[in-house]
Amino acid sequence: MKSSVARWMYKRPKFRLVALLAAPTLWLVVAYLGALGALLVTAFFTIDSFTGDVVAQFNLGNFQDMLTDPAYRNVVLRTLGIALSVTLICATFAIPMAFFMAKIAKPRNQKILVALVLTPLWASYLVKIYAWRSMLEPRTGVIDWVLGPIGIRSPGFGGPAIVIGLSYLWLPYMILPIYAGLERLPNSLLDASGDLGAGNFYTFRRVILPLIFPSLVAGSMFTFSLSLGDYITAQIIGGKLQMLGNVVYQNFSINLPFAATIATIPVAIMAIYLWLVRRTGALASL
Amino acid sequence: MRKKRLFSQIAVASAIALVLASCSSSDKKASETTLPKVEMMKSLGAGEGQVNIVAWAGYVENGSNDPKVDWVTGFEKETGCKVNVKVGSTSDEMVALMKTGEYDVVSASGDASLRLIYGGDVAPVNTALVPNYADIFADLKNQQWNSVDGVAYGIPHGRGANLLAYRTDIVNPAPTSWGAVFDANSPYKGRITAYDSPIYIADAALYLMKTQPDLGIKYPYALDQKQFDAAVALLKVQKPLIGEYWGDYLKHVASLKSGGTVLGTTWQVNINLAQSEGVKVEGIKPVEGSTGWSDTWMISSKAKNPNCAYKWMNSIVSPESNAAVAEWFGEAPSNAKACDLTSDKNFCTTYHAAEATYWNDVYYWNTATEACLDGRKDVKCVPYSEWVKAWSSLRNA
Repeated sequence: MKSSVARWMYKRPKFRLVALLAAPTLWLVVAYLGALGALLVTAFFTIDSFTGDVVAQFNLGNFQDMLTDPAYRNVVLRTLGIALSVTLICATFAIPMAFFMAKIAKPRNQKILVALVLTPLWASYLVKIYAWRSMLEPRTGVIDWVLGPIGIRSPGFGGPAIVIGLSYLWLPYMILPIYAGLERLPNSLLDASGDLGAGNFYTFRRVILPLIFPSLVAGSMFTFSLSLGDYITAQIIGGKLQMLGNVVYQNFSINLPFAATIATIPVAIMAIYLWLVRRTGALASL
Repeated sequence: MRKKRLFSQIAVASAIALVLASCSSSDKKASETTLPKVEMMKSLGAGEGQVNIVAWAGYVENGSNDPKVDWVTGFEKETGCKVNVKVGSTSDEMVALMKTGEYDVVSASGDASLRLIYGGDVAPVNTALVPNYADIFADLKNQQWNSVDGVAYGIPHGRGANLLAYRTDIVNPAPTSWGAVFDANSPYKGRITAYDSPIYIADAALYLMKTQPDLGIKYPYALDQKQFDAAVALLKVQKPLIGEYWGDYLKHVASLKSGGTVLGTTWQVNINLAQSEGVKVEGIKPVEGSTGWSDTWMISSKAKNPNCAYKWMNSIVSPESNAAVAEWFGEAPSNAKACDLTSDKNFCTTYHAAEATYWNDVYYWNTATEACLDGRKDVKCVPYSEWVKAWSSLRNA
């Protein structure tokens, strides 16, 4: 029985191909693109102003509301600013950290360091953010309590708190690709650069940075897109500040089409970001 | 290259298919405010063996949170109806859940109930089939948020007022008016809180109703455009004073405890929780009166287990269960006989359960509609969907 099926399949290479690709294609088209398509379509619908039922009638009212109300322009700019700051901060911390792990630490310690970088990912996202809440709490928080005597005050809940919290959360996602990139970088290149008279900083700028740029881009895609879509951190340590995700969260059960309209913004931003990344050619050498 | 094109063709084709599918599936007319005809249950039959409930956290307890807090197990034994509960965290989420038709019963607040009634999502309730209905406080029955033209759409569950909380050790002198949270020169700037929901616009409207009679506000949920704009403007003045808006009550209690919040709107249950942790906090109903909530058990128009649903609605407002829920959640019970059965004998006094005059200036959450709820015919009022937009805009500005 088994062998007859196999024989039948062997004679039909096209059927084999279809059977192999059916599941992933179905997933990609229905679950992934389908969800995105449904989101886009819903954005053009409206709701019954009283019962809140979605009314499938094409109109551009949601986009008009979004574009004319300065509040939404502000929230887009704010979210972009936060996502960019988080990416920059993560890169600033991740490059020296990854360099130490890949080039300076003894091979035996490298594994331990990688494990240590990964350990925060074992703890729940919520636990970590609530921990930051008690750190940043104005007047009674850990930061004010420990550093208050030497004049350093907690920024309190708000934009800076969100940037700190998200940078802390996504740092491993930046360290790991850069570490992988640095590991592939031969030490002889660094030696050669030194032999030719380049200082440490010059070597970093002209040799290391161009070679790990694709890794940096890969890491930034994580930190940037994860920050762009986050809303829980903003809810817990953002004070009264809201990000794009919060607007979607606030609206999705009351006004689903409007939430869908807002949700197209991060999709558009990410598309532009990926397009820019593609133009730098970093994706090709990943 | 050819493969790429084929792939994008598939993507486009599937997108078009989706558009067509979603357009043809619902041909509903926009904005119908007529009351949908939904049949009322005539008589009770045997239970279906289960009931699916959407409720506020703390309303359906089977002992898994606290072994002493359990009014579900007894109900299940007595009626043979297994209780499946889905906790809703906001009124809006509850409305969305009820629209799926998967649930039989919901504990709806006043800002959800009318939407459910006019959406045809809930059925009128035959109160003759709910024996415990007779013992419910008269001032809770047949109200704007749980009935239409004298037909009851639900069984009142309990009520509470939104109070003004303040830290007695920090806020001095003690506030007596909501003005304390709207004062642009407040010394507690950055440590004031407000409830994070569009319904909070009514709190601003209530304050204006009492302090600016020129605006002519009669009922905080019936605002014409001018009155609505005034309320939103007041909230914009308030925004710089706010440290955090609260939605999660546990986070709110933690904030009162740490002193991050020292003044702002709250629920009685939060005051109790904070006090039990030793926080010097007090809650008052200010001179202007207050907004509040009065919850109603409603039955889905598409209920698959209507008999068990009626049995549940009767059981949850029985004196025993009603007393237990009210004490666990921290609200005034709706059943007059519940007051004799609370473990704390002063409970009903603390929560003003039987004190009808206490509730005279409490304006229970209600869903604003275009037809003004205060009976004005010459103007159009701002519907709740606009409240949502205004709130979203205010919060993100």
